Amino acid sequence: MKVASGEAARAKHDRTGSGENAFRGALYVAALSILVLLAAIFLTLLVDSMPSIKALGPGFLYGRTWDPVAGRYGALPFLVGTILTSFLALAVSIPFSLAISVFLGEYFREGALSSLLKSAIDLLAGIPSVIYGFWGLFVLVPVVRAIQIKLGVPPFGVGIFTSAVVLAVMIIPYSAALGREVIQLVPCDLKEAGLSLGATRYEVTRRIVLPYARSGILAGMVLALGRAIGETMAVTMVIGNSNFIPRSIFSPANTMASVIANEFVEATGKTYVASLIQVGLLLFVVTTIVNIVGRHVIKKVSVEI
Amino acid sequence: MNVTVRIVQDRLFKVGVALLSFLALLPLFLILYYITRNGISSVNWRFLVNLPRPVGESGGGIANAVVGTAILLVLSSVVAIPLGIAAGIFLAEHRHGRITYMVRLAVEVLQGIPSIVIGIIAYAWIVLRMGKFSALSGGVALGIMMLPVVIRATEETLKMIPDSLREASLALGVPYHRTILRVILPAGLGGIMTGVLVSVARVAGETAPLLFTAFGSPYMALNILKPVSSLPLMIFNYATSPYPEWHSLAWGASFVLAVFVLGLNLVAKVVTRKWKVQF
Repeated sequence: MKVASGEAARAKHDRTGSGENAFRGALYVAALSILVLLAAIFLTLLVDSMPSIKALGPGFLYGRTWDPVAGRYGALPFLVGTILTSFLALAVSIPFSLAISVFLGEYFREGALSSLLKSAIDLLAGIPSVIYGFWGLFVLVPVVRAIQIKLGVPPFGVGIFTSAVVLAVMIIPYSAALGREVIQLVPCDLKEAGLSLGATRYEVTRRIVLPYARSGILAGMVLALGRAIGETMAVTMVIGNSNFIPRSIFSPANTMASVIANEFVEATGKTYVASLIQVGLLLFVVTTIVNIVGRHVIKKVSVEI
Repeated sequence: MNVTVRIVQDRLFKVGVALLSFLALLPLFLILYYITRNGISSVNWRFLVNLPRPVGESGGGIANAVVGTAILLVLSSVVAIPLGIAAGIFLAEHRHGRITYMVRLAVEVLQGIPSIVIGIIAYAWIVLRMGKFSALSGGVALGIMMLPVVIRATEETLKMIPDSLREASLALGVPYHRTILRVILPAGLGGIMTGVLVSVARVAGETAPLLFTAFGSPYMALNILKPVSSLPLMIFNYATSPYPEWHSLAWGASFVLAVFVLGLNLVAKVVTRKWKVQF
């Protein structure tokens, strides 16, 4: 009787043992499949853009003409468009995101005012990009057009400037969130030391808080830039879909993301499709580098603190 | 510098910071104002249950897009939630080591991939193989976008659960897998639910990955191997069309989508507050 129950216990133990191994195995498989997924994404982009890489070579990167009908695929207009829109958006967003960071991190850490601002920022981050684009197209574009008429430039309404404004609004929540966190982490004794020497709050913020938090603030800006580079729908709707190198910040243009959105479905021919996928590959590589740089800066900050 | 000047400077700075902060919210209020003003008038029961009508006929609705969005979200959840939670458990259980480091990096990279690139991937993997646009390919694209959010939420939540809980369970002789599934996961359910809701809210508004996967369809489509419409896709197509009737449909659809997405975010917040992991 005793022996039997011992055996039963062992059998039961073996069963749970195998269940345990299966469970651990499943977790490993899940984790490894994330690595496989990422590798597969990269390889798919690489393999599918091979026809264009082979046919065009490095000329793809500096070619100034994108004319699929004539078989010319130069991605330079899109590179320029992407760089102009995303950096302009970042420049527009910086004063606002910095102000929000200081407001929430230094002046009003808690209370009704700060929770109001915080919830509003969350809402801003939650609005789908297609709605930003739609709003930009119907509300912002006429405003920009009126400004352009006043300035005496061709009144397209759509273009790099309009996209940058929409993008700036979209990326404010990202850099503001990180900025707020690092500003809150500035040690109180540093600030108190400044105040006790007779510095005003402005001077403390400017000479102690911001320098102390600068790498975190920078990281927030880098991550926001990454978002601006990859943002598709809002930009596609207000940038004007023009495949020429933009002449001014009011010109219509295309970014890497928007040209894919505009042309991929209609693309015919092996090289045309492959060259659009190559634009995607380029976009993937650029955003990945920007993101890794941003995360690296964040990690450095968290180690310092 | 003169003291008065410095004090004035200090005051001005504070006012400036407050002014800029609230100025940044102006677009938010403008967007909410416009989609409410232009959208709410077209939203009624018939709007929600009717199919779109051709240009010139009134009374068109967005039923196909609502159903399409639901189908896409179910598909993407099926793809992302089990895998994401399992990978999240792995990361929370193995906090150091090479694989963990690499998986974490992969999750970060995955989160940063532009949505349009995910669309290309789903196109290459599924649409090209099947030879047609389908809800399935759109669901997979959205699922890939949900994954990193679910993984991070699971990992962060489970990391907060104290070791004593796990040790108590193991000391009672509960096997490892049961400890995780019956003790650790339920304790972190609130955080994981929040992550899932946030990720669903995030992909519910995505358009770019659907442009050449789910593609859109003016009909009611329930077959996951056929193209379907979705709210964001419909907004994009109607907003960029030249017809005012379609624009007002797009405003209505925007209103519905915004209420849905912001509502999901709100529910996620309530869940966090109610089921916060506390020890």
